[in-house]
Order: sequence, then C-alpha cells, then structure tokens
Amino acid sequence: MHFIWKRLLATIPSLFGVVILTFLLSHALPGDPAAYFAGPAANADSIAEVRQKLGLDRPLIVQFLHYVGDLARGELGNSLTTGQPVLKDLVDRLPASLELSAFALLFAIGVAIPMGVLAAIRLNGPADHACRAIVTVCAAFPTFFIGLLLVYVFYFLLGMAPEPLGRLNEILYTAPPRVTGAFTVDALIAGDMEVFRASLAQLVLPAISLGLFALAPIARITRAAMLESLSSDFVRTARSSGLPTSKVLFTYAFRNSLLPISSVMGMVFSFLLGSNVLIEQVFGWQGVGAYAVSAVLASDYAAVQGFVLMMAILYILLNLVVDVLATLIDPRVRFEG
Amino acid sequence: MSFTTLARNTGHAFGENPLTLVAVVILALLLVCALFGGWIAPYDPLTTDATAKLAPPSLDHWFGTDALGRDILSRVIVATRLDLGMAFSAVALSFGVGLALGSAAGYLGGWTDRIIGRLMDTIMAFPLFVLAMGIVAALGNNVANIIIATMIINLPFYCRFARAEVNVRRDLGYAEAARMGGNRTLTVLVVHIIPNILPPMMVQASLNMGWAILNAAGLSFIGLGVRPPTPEWGIMVSEGASFIVSGEWWAFVFPGAALVLAVFSFNLLGDGLRDLLDPRKRV
Amino acid sequence: MTDHLTIKDLGLEFRTRHGVVRALEDVSLTVKRGEIVGVVGESGSGKSVMAYSVMGLSDAAAEIKRGSIVLGGMDLLATKGEALRAIRGREMAMIFQSPRTALNPIRKVGRQIEDVLMEHEAIPRRDLRKAAIAALERVRIPDPERRYDAYPFELSGGMCQRVMIAIALACSPSLLIADEPTTGLDVTTQAVIMDLIRDKSRDGRMSTLLITHDLGLAGEYCDRIVVMHAGHVVEVAPTEVLLSRPAHPYTLQLLAATPTPTSTLDTLPSIGGQLPDLRRDLPPCRFSERCARKLPQCDVPPLPWTTLSPDHIVRCRVPL
Repeated sequence: MHFIWKRLLATIPSLFGVVILTFLLSHALPGDPAAYFAGPAANADSIAEVRQKLGLDRPLIVQFLHYVGDLARGELGNSLTTGQPVLKDLVDRLPASLELSAFALLFAIGVAIPMGVLAAIRLNGPADHACRAIVTVCAAFPTFFIGLLLVYVFYFLLGMAPEPLGRLNEILYTAPPRVTGAFTVDALIAGDMEVFRASLAQLVLPAISLGLFALAPIARITRAAMLESLSSDFVRTARSSGLPTSKVLFTYAFRNSLLPISSVMGMVFSFLLGSNVLIEQVFGWQGVGAYAVSAVLASDYAAVQGFVLMMAILYILLNLVVDVLATLIDPRVRFEG
Repeated sequence: MSFTTLARNTGHAFGENPLTLVAVVILALLLVCALFGGWIAPYDPLTTDATAKLAPPSLDHWFGTDALGRDILSRVIVATRLDLGMAFSAVALSFGVGLALGSAAGYLGGWTDRIIGRLMDTIMAFPLFVLAMGIVAALGNNVANIIIATMIINLPFYCRFARAEVNVRRDLGYAEAARMGGNRTLTVLVVHIIPNILPPMMVQASLNMGWAILNAAGLSFIGLGVRPPTPEWGIMVSEGASFIVSGEWWAFVFPGAALVLAVFSFNLLGDGLRDLLDPRKRV
Repeated sequence: MTDHLTIKDLGLEFRTRHGVVRALEDVSLTVKRGEIVGVVGESGSGKSVMAYSVMGLSDAAAEIKRGSIVLGGMDLLATKGEALRAIRGREMAMIFQSPRTALNPIRKVGRQIEDVLMEHEAIPRRDLRKAAIAALERVRIPDPERRYDAYPFELSGGMCQRVMIAIALACSPSLLIADEPTTGLDVTTQAVIMDLIRDKSRDGRMSTLLITHDLGLAGEYCDRIVVMHAGHVVEVAPTEVLLSRPAHPYTLQLLAATPTPTSTLDTLPSIGGQLPDLRRDLPPCRFSERCARKLPQCDVPPLPWTTLSPDHIVRCRVPL
C-alpha cells in the first residue's frame, strides 16, 4: 500500500510536465494563439473576442494559472466543429477508442506471449525462426497499411469481414443502450447477442491491425526474458529438484519473466494510443482519434489540445497500473520501490 | 575496437545474417531513387491522364495508375526523396540536439542534468504519435513541422543514451587524464568523450530511421504535412484506400509496399550494425 | 559398505562453435552409502560437468560418449524424461554455489520447499506447510514459521544456503551432490553449512559428493577424495592418505597451494602452467605439460593406473 502511494506521488511531476507542455504548445508559440483558437473562419472581431475571453492578452503566467484553473474544473473549451464542450465530445468518444485498444492489446498479448515463450523453449527451432520472422515483419508494417491490407483481403476478396465503416452497421442494427459506451460490453449487458456478434465482427479487423504492431516488442521481450530465466540458477534448482516441466516453465521461469515483460508495456501503450488514431481513420471508427484528426485538419484548436491532454493522462494512468501490477508479481519492487 | 576485429565482425555479420546484405542493397536502391528519382521515373508524377484512371498494372504502367490517371510507379519513385528526406532530417536533428543536450546533462550533472532529464521525461509522458500530432497542430500543418515533431518525439532516446554514455566515461582514465592535462571542459567533452560514443549512437540512429519513416508517413496518412498532389507514400496510401472497397488494390498497395521495404531495410541494417559493434548483444 | 553411486569410464564432449571439447575422459569413481567423497580440482577440471551429468542436467551441447552412471542399481544414463524427473529431488538432490541466485527470487522460500514435497511425497495439501516448516527446522533455521514466508532477498547468503539444503533434503535423498556449497559465504557460515551437510549425511546414511576446489575443505569433511585434472581422474585415496602421502604430482601441487593457518598469501605457491586446451589432441597424461617430473615414456599411451594400496590409486607412470 505504501508503495502505491509513493508511486502515485511520483506521477505528479509527470502530470505537471504534461500540463505545462500542452499549455506552451497552445499559448507560447510564435503567431497569435487567439487566431488559432478562433479558427480559420474567424475575422478580426471574433479573434479579439476570443483573446478577451481566453485572457490571451494577459501575462503568460496569469494565462497559465487560468489554464490550470480551467483544467481543474474540466473546462477544455468548446469545439469549433461540433459546437460542444470538448470534454463532452471526448468523453462520448473515448469508450469506442478504449474498446478498440483493449481488444488490440488482448490480441497482441494473447499471441505474442505464447509465441515468445515457445520460441525461447524451442530455441533455434521452427517456432523460434517463425517468431523472429513475424517480429521483424510486424515491426516494418505501418499499422494503417496492415489495416488496409486486411480490409482488402477479408472484406473485398474473401467477404468474411463486414464493411469497414465504423463500429456497427446502424442500418441493420441499433446500438445497445449506453452503459459503458463500448458496444460489445453494452450489448452483453443488454443481453442482445445479435448486436454483440455484429459489433464484435466490426471490431476484429481493426483490433488485429492495431495489435499486430504492438505484438513485436512484446514477443521480443518475452523471448529474451524467458531465455534469461530458463538459463538462471533457480530454474536449474527447480530442475534438479525434479519439479514437473510445467511447473518449471510457468511457476519458475515464466513468472520471473513477467517483470521484464511489464517493463515494455509502457512502450506498447504508447504505440497503441498513437496508432489508434490511424486505425480509427482506416476503419471509420468513431473514437477520439478520428475526432482529433478532423479537429487538426479543421484547425479546431481546443479540441486537439483536449485530445492530447486526455491521451497523456490516460497514458500516465496506464503506466501507473502496470507499475502497481508489477509489485504484485515481484516482491522486490515493493521493498525497493 | 581494432580494425581487424571490425573487419572480422563485418564478415561475420554478413555471413551470419545475409539479410543485412539484402538490406544494404535495398537501401542503395532507395538512395538512388531518392537522388535521381526524377530521371528514373518513366512518367511525370504529377501529369494526370483522364483516359487512364485507375488502370491496373500493365506493361505501360507497371504499378497501374491512380484515380487521376497518374503513373503510380513514377509517384512511388519520386516520393522516395521526400519520405526518406523527412525521416533522415528528423533523425539527424534528434541525433544532434540529443547528443548536445545529453552530453551536457551527463557531463555537467547537477541542475542542467535535472532540468534536461525532466524535459525528456515530460516528452516521454505522452503517447509519442499523439504528441507529434499536437505539435504539428500547434506549429502549423506543413512538412517542416512534421520533421520538427518527429525530431522532438525521438529526442529523449538520443538524449538519454548520450547522457548515460557520457556519464560513464566522464570519470574514466582518459577523460581524467585530459582534464589533468589542462584541457577545458568543452575540449574534453568534444575531443575526448563524444567520439567514443558516436558509434553506438549511429546504431541507435539507424534502428531509429525505420520508426521515423513510420511516424512521418503516419502523419501524412492522416492528412498532416504533405499536401496533394505532392507524391508521398503515406498520402498515396491514404488516397488509394478509397478504392479498396471497389477492388482497385494497386493504388494503395505499391506505395505501402515501398514504405514497408524502406522500414524493413533500415531495421535490418540497424540490427546488423548492432551485431557489428557488439556481437554479444545479439538477441 | 556397498557402492551406492558408481561412475564408470565416463566420457563426455561439448560441441562448440570452435570444435569439440573433450571435457571428461575415462572418469570413474564410487561413493558408498553414508560416505562423503570429495571431488577436487581447479575450475575447468570437469568436476562440475561430472556432477551435472549424474543429475542428468548437462548442457544441451554436452554429449555423453561412453561409460555408465549407476545409482543404487539403477542405470541413470538409460533413465530419461519422466522417470529421471521422478528420481531427481527424491533419490538424488543437488545444492549449488551462490545460494541467493539458486532460489526463485519471487517465491516464498516455504513455497519452494513445498513444491518439492508436493511432487515427490504423498503429503495432503493441508499438511504441506507443516512439512515445509519441519524441513526448515531440520536445517536449523531459527524461527522457521516466520522464515517460511520470507523471500530469498530478505535472507542472508548462509540462510539461503540452508534453505537450499532444506529443499535438497526435503525428500531424504540417498545421494546429495554439493557443488561448491560454501563459495561466497563468509568463513564462519562456511563451517556451519559444512557441519550441517556432514551431520545430515551421517544421520540419513546419505551418500554425499562434495565438489570443491578447496582441498582444505575436502580434507576436513570427506572420507575419501578424488582428484580431477583436465577431465581426468588422477588420484583417488582416503583423505588421510591423500593428505599425508599424495602420489600424483598434481595432488602435491594442490596441497602446497592450499592455505594453512600458518601460511600467508605470499608464501603460498601457485600451480604452474595452465589447464591444457581440451579441443586439441592431448597426450595420455593431460598433466604432462605442466609436470616437472615428465619422462619421455609419459607421452606413450596407454597411461596405466598404479595401485599403491587397495584404496589408493593414481594415474601416473612415476608416482611420488
């Protein structure tokens, strides 16, 4: 418990840094921030109005305090394109993105870890070569290109996948009543198996495309960590004590590999949250990424800034969760913490 | 490392992993395209042809044509310069700035170290591609800012690497001896320490090139930076994507394949160079 | 007493990138029930390689070319897979040097003992904890109930080695192999650990093979000593005989290089020359290149064993 508090405290400087950087990006750059916030269609009057409203004519430090105050109240400004408060826009769309990322992560972990383990157990065997080839190939394919290839093969050629146009074919199905905002989960809550299957079908290709890119680092580290544990002294002890192979592999070798594996999760989350934007674009997925792309293209400044801030906070929280999980795996971290 | 061991490792790296050699050949090819693309390309990459819209690959147009009847092969070739150029500029900038900041942090320590370290931590606190989007949005939507954004998100890797290496070497015998010999701080750093950390940083850089290409292409895929009709792989994939549902695959596949090939080769080269420098680190 | 462990003419090779290393050649030794036999030699002499091949834990690159290893009438080299696993930990157990890394760092030590018990003994689940604590108690760990919940990093090196011994002895094996069990421990702890190993061997009529580079240590705790050099056994004798009347020049040098209470580091001679490269074709006596007494006939095969007394044999043409 003590460790968790300490770790929580350690995120404060990161959060603070993130807030300062997003503030600087929007307020302290060359050019007129008021013009940015007012949008491309603004005239001199509306720019002046925005400047007045956002306090952009005051000293930077005062602006910063206001900015922090606004953030504390959840005030991210209004989107120029939707006319809604940015926070509301983001909260509406976030579950879709999280659903996609979560499925991608599950896919990546579910494939990469067994693959890395197998490669390490059968070092230099066919599984190992296959693992290395897959890792090399996955690391070279841009996510958006994989997504498009999968659409071409599984939608156009094979007709197995549904049309890649969003989260649910709303002509055939109605979205389930919103509870979590993730269609698959909400459909299960509503007990509507048909919608569940339909929304899951929409999810498969984007989740795989997104997951494939995250797969490479996880498989690589799993293999390396397993090799290290398998050649360790304590695995030798376990073998010399005649423990069953499954116990040697999982309770001894694999459990000890989890800590290094958890250490690459930060990078994996960074990949996922970033590539999410690209995949949402490819599959017409109505999440925060697609929202941010249209905001950037429309110079909808408040929306972009809100998106960047939200992703950074999400990323910090995810890393926090991984760190806390790592302490459950490894007692040493709790003490050294 | 002596010259003979380097030579032996080179032979070893190529012999052990012929893929490194393949990577070098592909990269040479890409380099030729980047330098002389305009002359090699069979057609003008911008000339439209209303009579040959979305023509499939043929002897006339090896890679087919796009929605405006432009020759895709020519566009893929000509785009090489922009794609590699963006990635290379970004990596070179990160390399230079990261080396400077990291060396300063590692050598001077104290507050310099703390401030630079905190700055890098802050950059790393963002999902990097998202930060790049934010930077492009803030600085303005053009190619130069794509490069700057890619440079910034790569910066922490170089900076941390240089800092760690300089920090280790600061107190080693040769640096100590140089200091005692009355050399100034900057001289010791530039003449005696930095040359020793350049080779491992070059490996980092070549491993990083593939990633930088992916980032820059990703940004242009979502419509940032490069504007049509400029040929660029990311934007060409994005343009070609609209025709997937009607089965015209060549419009997105060829530029995408060019991207994959480039990234793949840089990754392989990086792996090969790493083995060359330190055969023990092979994973 | 009958022979419990018999190694006969064991030959083992390593395939490496740079050629075949003949790590063991014609290695023979026996250990009787309840006897403590020391295997002594420099690092690289093949003593650990031999120990690992008894346990069936040899490196993947190792290949046993000839010979046999028999434990209590069972041919260990013919025993594979599940059958071998069932013997390991129950009939034969091993303890290692650097006990801290030899224990699973993220598992409570009590659980690690339970793992072995669960595998080899028919103990009901609810009694496992009690049995593990009893095992800790047998190796004289103070406050075993509390230590059960400790992780290796919370224990001292000596304490970790006791836990290792508790794991090894949990199922009362008939053979214990101790590979440099006191390396890295401080001197007082060394004595405590070695006393513990000796007492347990005596109590349990357990055959013990003590692998060590320290002839002094072997002299203090072993009944008989086997001296190994470059993959050969060069001399076998009861401890008193070996210490007082060494017959192989290598044994003599080892003895001279062993610190005594009166010697200092400066007066301690070191063994001249290096271990030969085991990838080359070697003369019948692998010590000949380092030997001051070498004669021309030393290079003529075969190299016979010389029997000085029924239990003292030496592999030298011109024993001391």
